[in-house]
Order: sequence, then C-alpha cells, then structure tokens
Amino acid sequence: MAFQAIKFYQTGTFTVGNRLLDPEQRSVQADMARTNALNSGHRACQGCGEALGARYAIDAAMEAADGQLIAVNATGCLEVFSTPYPETSWQIPWIHSLFGNAAAVATGVAAALKVKQQKKVRVVAQGGDGGTTDIGFGCLSGMFERNDDVLYICYDNEGYMNTGGQRSSATPPAARTATTPVVGGSPGNVFGQGKNLPEIAMAHGIPYVATATVADLRDLEAKVRRAMEIQGARYIHILVPCPLGWGTASHDTIRMARLAKETGLFPVFEAEWGELTSRLTIRRKTPVEEYLKPQKRFAHLFQPLPELAIVARLQALADRNIRKYGLVEGGAS
Amino acid sequence: MNINKPFAITLDVGSSLANRTGSWRTARPVYVDRLPPCNHTCPAGENIQGWLFHAEAGDYESAWRELMKDNPLPAVMGRVCYHSCESACNRGQLDEAVNIHAVERFLGDEAIRRGWKIEVAAPLSGKHVLVVGAGPAGLAAAYHLTLLGHRATIFEAGPFAGGMMRFGIPKYRLPRSVLDAEVERLETMGVTIRLNTRVDDMLSTMREGGFDAAFLGVGAHLAKRAYIPAGDANRILDAVSVLRGMESEEKPLLGRRVVVVGGGNTAIDVARSAKRMGAEEAIVVYRRTREKMPAHESEVEEALAEGVMMKWLTTIKEAGEASFTVEKMALDENGFPQPTGEYEKIAADSLVLALGQDVDLALLDKLPGLTVDNGMVTVDCNMMTGHPGIFAGGDMVPSERTVTDAVGHGKKSAKSIDAWLRGEVPVAREKHELATFSRLNTWYYADAPKTVQPVLDIIRRQSTFEEVLGDLDEGNALFEARRCLSCGNCFECDNCYGVCPDNAVIKLGPGKRFLFNFDYCKGCGLCATECPCGAIRMEPETV
Repeated sequence: MAFQAIKFYQTGTFTVGNRLLDPEQRSVQADMARTNALNSGHRACQGCGEALGARYAIDAAMEAADGQLIAVNATGCLEVFSTPYPETSWQIPWIHSLFGNAAAVATGVAAALKVKQQKKVRVVAQGGDGGTTDIGFGCLSGMFERNDDVLYICYDNEGYMNTGGQRSSATPPAARTATTPVVGGSPGNVFGQGKNLPEIAMAHGIPYVATATVADLRDLEAKVRRAMEIQGARYIHILVPCPLGWGTASHDTIRMARLAKETGLFPVFEAEWGELTSRLTIRRKTPVEEYLKPQKRFAHLFQPLPELAIVARLQALADRNIRKYGLVEGGAS
Repeated sequence: MNINKPFAITLDVGSSLANRTGSWRTARPVYVDRLPPCNHTCPAGENIQGWLFHAEAGDYESAWRELMKDNPLPAVMGRVCYHSCESACNRGQLDEAVNIHAVERFLGDEAIRRGWKIEVAAPLSGKHVLVVGAGPAGLAAAYHLTLLGHRATIFEAGPFAGGMMRFGIPKYRLPRSVLDAEVERLETMGVTIRLNTRVDDMLSTMREGGFDAAFLGVGAHLAKRAYIPAGDANRILDAVSVLRGMESEEKPLLGRRVVVVGGGNTAIDVARSAKRMGAEEAIVVYRRTREKMPAHESEVEEALAEGVMMKWLTTIKEAGEASFTVEKMALDENGFPQPTGEYEKIAADSLVLALGQDVDLALLDKLPGLTVDNGMVTVDCNMMTGHPGIFAGGDMVPSERTVTDAVGHGKKSAKSIDAWLRGEVPVAREKHELATFSRLNTWYYADAPKTVQPVLDIIRRQSTFEEVLGDLDEGNALFEARRCLSCGNCFECDNCYGVCPDNAVIKLGPGKRFLFNFDYCKGCGLCATECPCGAIRMEPETV
C-alpha cells in the first residue's frame, strides 16, 4: 500500500481532508496554502478530469520539491486549455515545445540543471495519452532507457479529445471514437490493439512506475511523493475521465474513475525496478456494465440490442486484470 | 508590450484569471443544511447530528451542551428512550445504525461525573409559571422556562420527583442515582420543586401563588381495570401499583408464579421485575400476536433472554384458587383476535393487569374552557388547553406516552408559554428538506460496524435490579460518534475544495466551512456529487 489508510475517522482517508485528522495527515489538496499549480480561468470543459488530475499531481510534486519544480508539457488538451496566448493558468515555471518531444525537452532541462549544479530543482514532464503513448513514445522510451532524472506523468483520457475525440493507442476496445465509428456492424475500437504503457515502462526496468486515478486522491499524492524521493526516470499514469469524449455527465468524472478501478478495468498499482510492489484492492466489486452504461462511447453495447458477447469480453479483460494484479483482497498477486 | 526581456523570453505572462469562466454556468452549487433523519424523528426535537458533530471531535462538553439545548435529562434518556432516531438512521442502510442512545448516555453520565452545569443567560422576565407534576414533561417544561428567563415552580403530589421515570420504570433500566443527579441539576439551576404538594383546584392555586401561566404534566397513572370473575380478588394486582411498590420499603408480594396480562412495555417491566424478585415463572399473557405487541422489540428480546415466558393469542377468563383460566384466541380474516372456546388452566400465585393507564382528571374539574376527549386533555398545536394560559403535555395529552415524547412536550410548551406571556404567537421554525439516504455519497465513509454495549450476565439479570446495559467507555463512545454520517450537514471533509477542477471553492478555515467563487465556477456539479453528506444542491442558473 502506497499510503497508510486511516480507519474509523468517519471518512478515514477517503475524503480530501478530514477535520478530525492532524494537519500532517491530511492531503495536499486539503491545504488552504496549496500551490494551485493550475489556476482558475483555464478553458477545460466542465468537470474535466485532466485539469483535476494535473492540479492534484503538480501540487503534490511542488510540495515534495519544496516549490523547486519545472514542468514540461506536451501538446494536448492540457496545454491548449491552460495556455492560450496571452494567458496562462500555470503558477509554476512551465515550458511547451512540440506534441511528441516532452520527454526529450524534459531530459534537456534536467541536463541543463545538472550543468548549472541546481541540484534542488526537479523536473516533471506531462502529456496526454496521445502525446505519451503514440506521438511522444520514442522520446519517452529514450528518456526511460537513459534513466534521465525526470518524472513523466501521463494523463490518460483514452483518446485525442482536443481534436474531436480520435482513437489513440490507449483507447479501450469497443469504444466509439471519431476514427472507430459504430457503422456496418463494427463495434467501435477493435479488441487486441493498443498499448499498456505502464507495463512497457516497467519493462524498461526504471526505478518507479505507478498508476492512479482522480478518484483516489490520497493514493495519487502518495505516489507522486514516492516518485519525487527517487532520482532517475519515473513514470506515473493517471486515469482522467473526459466528460466530452466519453459522453458522461460533467458531475460524474470522479465516479467514472472510481468505477474504472472498482470494476478492475483500470488496475491501480505501483512497481519499482520493473517489479510490482503494491496495488490498490477493489473495495466494492462492480460488474463492468455499471462503468460502461453511463458512457455514450459505449452506448452501442446496450442499444438497440444488448451486445452481451462484447460486454462479456470486456468483463473478461477486467477479470484478467483482477487475477494478474491481485486486485481482490486475499487473492493472488 | 515590454521589449526589454531576458534571453529567450518573448511573451508577457498574463494570468488566466482574466478569463471569467463563471459565465459558462447553467447550474450553480449552493451549500445547504438538510434535516438529518435522526433529528427529524426525535420526539424531543434533539439536534442529534449537531451534538454528535462535537462528540466526534472528542469535545464531549460542547456535545453535551448542544444536547442540553433540547433535553435536560440526557443520562435518563440515553437509557430509557426507545430511540426512533436509530430506526431512521441512514447508516442503517449502509451497515448498522449509529448507537445514538449509547453515546447520549455516555455524554449524560460524563456530565454527572464532571459536574457540568448549565448557566441561565436570559435576563429575568419577572414571570412565574406553575408546573404541575415533576415527571419528564414537567421537569422539561420547568427547565426550558428557566432557560427563557421565567421562574418555574413545580408542584408534585408524590414524595419524589421523576414521575413515571421513578414509579414506572424499573431500576434495572434506570438506576435512581442517575435520575436524582439530573433532577438535582435542574434544582441548582433555579427550578423549585415542592414535593407532597397536591393541586386540587388549579385556579385558586394559581391565584394564591401569583402565577402568570401554568403547565400541566400530571401523567396517566390510574391503572385500567378489567372485570375478571374471581373468588379471591386479592391476588389480582395492577401494574402501576406493583411498579410503584418496587420503590417503597415493602415490596409487593407476587409469589413464585406470576401472570401478567397485557402486551405493552409496562407488562414486560412487571414480568422482568417479578423475575428479579424471585418468581420462578413470569408469564406474559397477551391477546394478540407477538408482531402486534406494543412493547418495544428490544425489551421483549431481553425479557425472553431472562426467562420470561410469553403466551400470545390468549386472554384471561377467570381467577381460581391457585390457578387462572385462560382462553386461546385465533385471528380472524381481518387480523383481529376472536375467542376459540378452548380453555386452559395456568397455575399461578398472582395476576398483574397491565392494560394501560388513565389520566387523573380530578384537578381539572373546575377549569372553564378545558375539554377532555377519550380521557385525555385536548391541546392545540401550541400545547395550550382550552383554558388560555394553561398548557398541558406528557401522558395526559394524546401521545405515544414515552419519556421522550414528554420531554418534547415540555420543551414545546415552554416556548409557547414564553410567547404567550409576551402576548405573541409562537412561530414554528421552517424545517429543512430531509437528508435522505439517496442524497449521500456513501463511498467516502469508512467501513465501521457499530459498537455493542456490554450486557449484564443473565444470572445477575434474573436475581438483581442491577442495570442490564453497561456503559460505553470513552474510546467506544468516540468511535461510535464518529460513525455518524453527518447527513445533510457539512462536516468539513474538504471534498468540494479538493474535487473542483476550477479551484472555484474557497476554503474559509476550520469551523468556517466554504464559499463558491462564482467568477470561475463552471457549474459542473462535481462538488455536489462528491459531497459525502449531501450538503450541496445544484440549482438552475437564472439568466
């Protein structure tokens, strides 16, 4: 377990804060003096999971780095909605170059800091799943294999949501996107394609890899904190539901992330040096339908006729994750 | 634009704060306080969620003070109340209801232990109110009148204060030291109690004493009788005198086998007391089924555990020399019990009738305007009788006839009397919308089954009048208080502050709750959905 869960304090560590806990036991987000790295006035959609995930992660990184942090951003929603000329929402040093080169630019920033002997200043690179799993993958793999001192954070909303919702290699099977439409009997994105980037990162044998969601703030913050304790290449993959691209209500963003984890479709774990070290177990096991039904991108699985075979294949994916990562308490890990 | 910039810097940095995203909003979040189901159902009108909020933080004195705003007898109530709050508790749908009465009892006992006192802050009004009867209704009325700045004097016909709490509820449910301590605290506050003072004529008593208003809380202590053909009627007793007799030096002689007739809490109290006085057999005879018994389920359970026997669908027909004849009943198609003509003899030494109680209306004979219906005094929605300035509550008016109802009547009457003395009409406070289970996001509550109060050994329950249910200790009480979901009322978990993707929630600091920043709130509704206790409502934006 990445963080010490506190029991019996009404809400334990499930909520953001808890008036009954000592201040040092509360989350960074509960702090009245949190950085608010991504400030108000940004142009993300209502209920944006990525805006939320980015503030969660960067505020935690700022806290861990004593405010000595530089962020490098890939092209994507996060860059576009936060920094339209001449405004920016970022309240930290921040640089954007191209879609595919965030990891390389971050390597460069880290190298420059090394030359300048600025040992205290830490570097974070961030991007969406398009800039990470597709377009920036080569640069990222290079950053991993050189073990450059960068924490790379991927905010995964499972598609190119800024440009109209096209498929990425992180789009789940059966999901409708602009490029995997539901026509002529095609059920959306095909099964058996795409990449599992957290596992690819683990395969590089880097010091730290973790996944998280915006539904588990304490876990997310603990993972950023752990990553910031380590020198070298680190990777955190955060699931950030997208109300527009997934076709969900803006108030359901956190609920969707929670369901992704509770169904087993999105395993939440951490690994060091390529080895699985912890996972967040399922608290209230939920069938995948409950996660799929509220999303318009999966609507074709339920109407006009229920596509039971496809839902069963998605349930099988969830069950495989549960077995593979030991997501049920007492199960094999 | 400034052209003298450092190397490689080409743009002035403007802040996105210039972009007021609040204009996107079609719905706005609003902080609300909803009415928790426990508060909603409490006959004494306690702010249960409110006092648990303080208890959760370990601030027992503040919790007790919040509790005392409505109920002057928490240590008593924590023991004898049938806690309808717990049946309504939303946590019951999650795991188990919060053990509210046990925490209330802990707070009441803690106050006695630590000697906490209530100060009267209101300026003295100079008005003097007569309270007739020192039962729960009278004590509560006198307490609230005192808090409101009036002088209250209780005239009690009996030799002790407490009414049915002393002469009706057995010691194993309510130790007398607890009752004495809570009554004594009222006296220290300035409530005068005149014992052995019977009121026979209300108007002359009020005139002679210079009272400006009166509250009647004489209860219902005349046992209902039933005609039973008997050779030797001495062995037929009534429940009221049996329970009252427990308080005197000479305990009633019930013998080795006791039959109790009736299905209410009083019948159970008599049977359990008889067991403790050495009866080998105590049999409760009731004409309907167990499901129809008015007695509280927990009391029936405890009685059965102590060896009390129950005969359902049975009535008493005749009293013989050393036995009683009973007739079996059967339910008709409408669910009413009908005689079957099947008789049975039960060997027993005495028979106790617990068939309910009537109100002693003697003192009201000369009171003009007062109306009586079905043996009970009629009161209006402000608890005033037909005689202006005379109010009534407790068992003598139509009610559930519990200590808790009586305490609620006392409070309500005191507020009405206060308004009446000032020549005003009491205004009922507007009630908040109910905080139903569906309003909650229960994901956020930690899994925690309820703490069980220790229970006295069965052997000692059959032979002594020691209290059956034990205390929670401090750690248990704290744990139990923290199981409260705080339904409908912000408990400052910081969720809204944390989950807003637009930083549009302003945290004001401990105890001060939060504000929305409508310049930037886009109205996504995440705060309302992720609020554990349902204290945020989304309202359509008006353009």
